[in-house]
Amino acid sequence: MDIGQILTALVWVGLLGAVFGAILAYASKVFAVEVDPKVEKISGILPQANCGACGFPGCSGYANAIVSSGAEINLCSPGGKEVANKIAEIMGVTAKESVPMVAYCACNGTKENAKNRFEYYGPKSCASAVFVSGGHKMCDYGCLGFGDCVEACPFGAMGMGENGLPYVIDEKCVGCGACVRACPKGVMKLMPRGAKVYLACNSNAKGKEVTDACVVGCIGCKICSLPKTTPSGAIKMDGDLPVVNYNIEDTLTGAKYKCPKGCFIDKGDRSKSADQIAAEKEAFKAEEAKAAEAAKKAALEKAADQKA
Amino acid sequence: MNMNHMIMIAIGSIFLNNFVLSRFLGICPFVGVSKKLDSAVGMGMAVIFVMTLASFVTYLVYYYILVPYQLEYLNTIAFILTIAALVQFIEMFMKKNMPSLYSALGIFLPLITTNCAVLGVAILNIDTLWPDGSHYTFIESIWNGFTGGVGFTIALVIMAGIREKLELADLPESMKGLPIAFVTSALIAMAFLGFSGMKIM
Repeated sequence: MDIGQILTALVWVGLLGAVFGAILAYASKVFAVEVDPKVEKISGILPQANCGACGFPGCSGYANAIVSSGAEINLCSPGGKEVANKIAEIMGVTAKESVPMVAYCACNGTKENAKNRFEYYGPKSCASAVFVSGGHKMCDYGCLGFGDCVEACPFGAMGMGENGLPYVIDEKCVGCGACVRACPKGVMKLMPRGAKVYLACNSNAKGKEVTDACVVGCIGCKICSLPKTTPSGAIKMDGDLPVVNYNIEDTLTGAKYKCPKGCFIDKGDRSKSADQIAAEKEAFKAEEAKAAEAAKKAALEKAADQKA
Repeated sequence: MNMNHMIMIAIGSIFLNNFVLSRFLGICPFVGVSKKLDSAVGMGMAVIFVMTLASFVTYLVYYYILVPYQLEYLNTIAFILTIAALVQFIEMFMKKNMPSLYSALGIFLPLITTNCAVLGVAILNIDTLWPDGSHYTFIESIWNGFTGGVGFTIALVIMAGIREKLELADLPESMKGLPIAFVTSALIAMAFLGFSGMKIM
């Protein structure tokens, strides 16, 4: 065995390694890019869910955008107020209130409620079902029920119900809007966490068309938007579909009970029994009747006064 | 510079001896980064870039350090060392001086530091012989690195295009994801076998 050859090998490979190491060590000094320490701090605070609710590519992208291009600090939906406040501390600004949102499915077209135009046998995804003349449901606006939203949810906050509609587990939902982006029909929507009543229909079609397609579709009767039903004006009509303005605080009980199709769903009802719900409806009707009578009486008295 | 040689190298390493589909080198990024067309193109560009530079540097290391001291048998370890250091260096350089290029290729660079396709091209540059017994020249080595990268990119882009469509296909649960990707790549490889009937020598 030639010791000299082993030595040359050792020396040269060692030298090669040492030289490259030295070059890299030197380069890391010369080419060092200064990272704003704030970026790392903010990155540490963000939940690292990389859900994209803020509209930036990932949590680090958002941290960068806050520091370098002055993005709003309350855009992180999963982190909510807590994170916004912490970022505010670092950036030295005060956080604007950000309303925590939850997702909901604005469609009640279950297998029983909504009719199908045809049987669909293609790939089981809404994205491909929608290519076949807009989906197999007779309603052009309704949920197709293959659960693209459920798959898109990064927090496991959604599931597919037996009835063919997705459901949202409010405790897990952070309102990132991934399901909203995944839905080809735009049925998934966001509402403030505090609100209870939402409109479970997305159909902007005319009354006849809706009743043909679905038992619980909004026919655009405008009753919910009347000042008599919703005095606060929280419900406005947009074409043939009412839009709830959650910025105006309102329990929306009027709309909930007066909608002839029962399109308004109250999340509070989920924990109540059927009897309880019926009783509440009766109570509301009785009160309504009482109020109507009182108004009638007042009008009569007024008329009598004027006569006298 | 022999024009004939250049054309032969180009056709050879893009189609006949495609790094992924005939030599089965660089399968890892081929399967891992072929889910989206955008990232596949980014990865392909990074591989072209690194393969070209790796051919350049390893040629110098081999013929000016290893050959004079009879250390040719150490080529594998010397090349790994060289390529890893080179990629690290390029990454730092790009981060500082070419931020836009860095944001396009940057995340892929660490992935191919010790990629076998990159090491493969360096070793093939040394080992391949022309029929007359001569080795690749300096220019030919670099050209082989570049066209090898192009071949890799083509394979990757084809794969990514197919996999994007496969996302929507109605597959049995057990075939979803990687299994169907493997079957697909095997079919593409068989299709590329058709090129081996070409006679360019």
